[in-house]
Amino acid sequence: MEILDIIVFSLMGLGVLFTAIRLIIGPHFSDRVVALDTFNMIVIGVIVVLASVFKSELYLDIAIVYAILAFLETVVFARYLEGNRK
Amino acid sequence: MKYFTTFVALLLVYLLLAGFTVDEVILGSIVSAILTVLLTKYLNFKIDLKFPLRLLKFILIYIPVFIWKLILANFDVARRVLSPKIPVNPGIVKVKTNLKSDLGKLTLANSITLTPGTLSIDVLDEYIYVHTIDVKGSDGLEKEKNISGPFEKILEGVFE
Amino acid sequence: MTIAGYVFMIIGGLFFLLGGLGVLRMPDTFNRIQAGTKATTLGAFSVLIGVGLVNFEWSWIAKIIIIIVFIVISNPIGSSTIAKATYYSKYKPDNLVQDDLEKRGDE
Repeated sequence: MEILDIIVFSLMGLGVLFTAIRLIIGPHFSDRVVALDTFNMIVIGVIVVLASVFKSELYLDIAIVYAILAFLETVVFARYLEGNRK
Repeated sequence: MKYFTTFVALLLVYLLLAGFTVDEVILGSIVSAILTVLLTKYLNFKIDLKFPLRLLKFILIYIPVFIWKLILANFDVARRVLSPKIPVNPGIVKVKTNLKSDLGKLTLANSITLTPGTLSIDVLDEYIYVHTIDVKGSDGLEKEKNISGPFEKILEGVFE
Repeated sequence: MTIAGYVFMIIGGLFFLLGGLGVLRMPDTFNRIQAGTKATTLGAFSVLIGVGLVNFEWSWIAKIIIIIVFIVISNPIGSSTIAKATYYSKYKPDNLVQDDLEKRGDE
């Protein structure tokens, strides 16, 4: 089963790599926020698969907290991007 | 009734997170009771006797359609991303909705975001403004049918 | 059960890859949001179901249900928030062929 774990991790790692490239080169601030949102979602997937590999339930709690923080982060950055519109 | 529903929902989430043992049930009941007293004045929903029927409709009709549309949307995204020259013809389209409640509008907007080629941007009064990758059809009604068609009817049955 | 779980996990990994590629390749911000949201929602869904099938125990499944419900509710809301903020900010994409939101005050 180890080879299957490696396949799953490499697929997700490529996804993280692509979003990280967009995070660095993104022409505007809004593109970077989008890339960060996608990045966080893929990292949640990585944490859940890690829980399965280590057979440890604690990682699922970490994934829950990370999901909540990722959502808050997205909303806060979007508020900042929107500015003080009347 | 409102207090009871809030209490049950909170206790259910607590037990799903902590596991079913006697200690956890006692502690979870105390915590949920305190939170219910604190939170209920901020909540705004109505519950009546038809609620189980609506929940059943939501689970049996809405969720399968939603998952099917989500899978279709992903194949649409895959086709666009993997084609060498990306075909886009984007635009923002106004869609009228008949749903009155806030929760209904939220669910409709979320469903629109996760269906093929559409992304809801803003909800103002009874209109939802939707960004579509590919603007199809010439007049307004045709576009509305393309975007919110199946969900609008199902959600009217659930939330109205 | 384990095999089915790994199949779901690999499908989910593929959708995550597609989401990353979509965010990289799409031409403007709104299209990037679309590709990113849809692909990662189904990817997370699929990976979580796969992990639930590999570790088929009650406590795992309860937490996985909570994560799935939270992601399916919060991910579209986050994307809509970014889209709205982008629309009203100064970085609005200029390749729209039709814009109903701009003339909203006229009626």
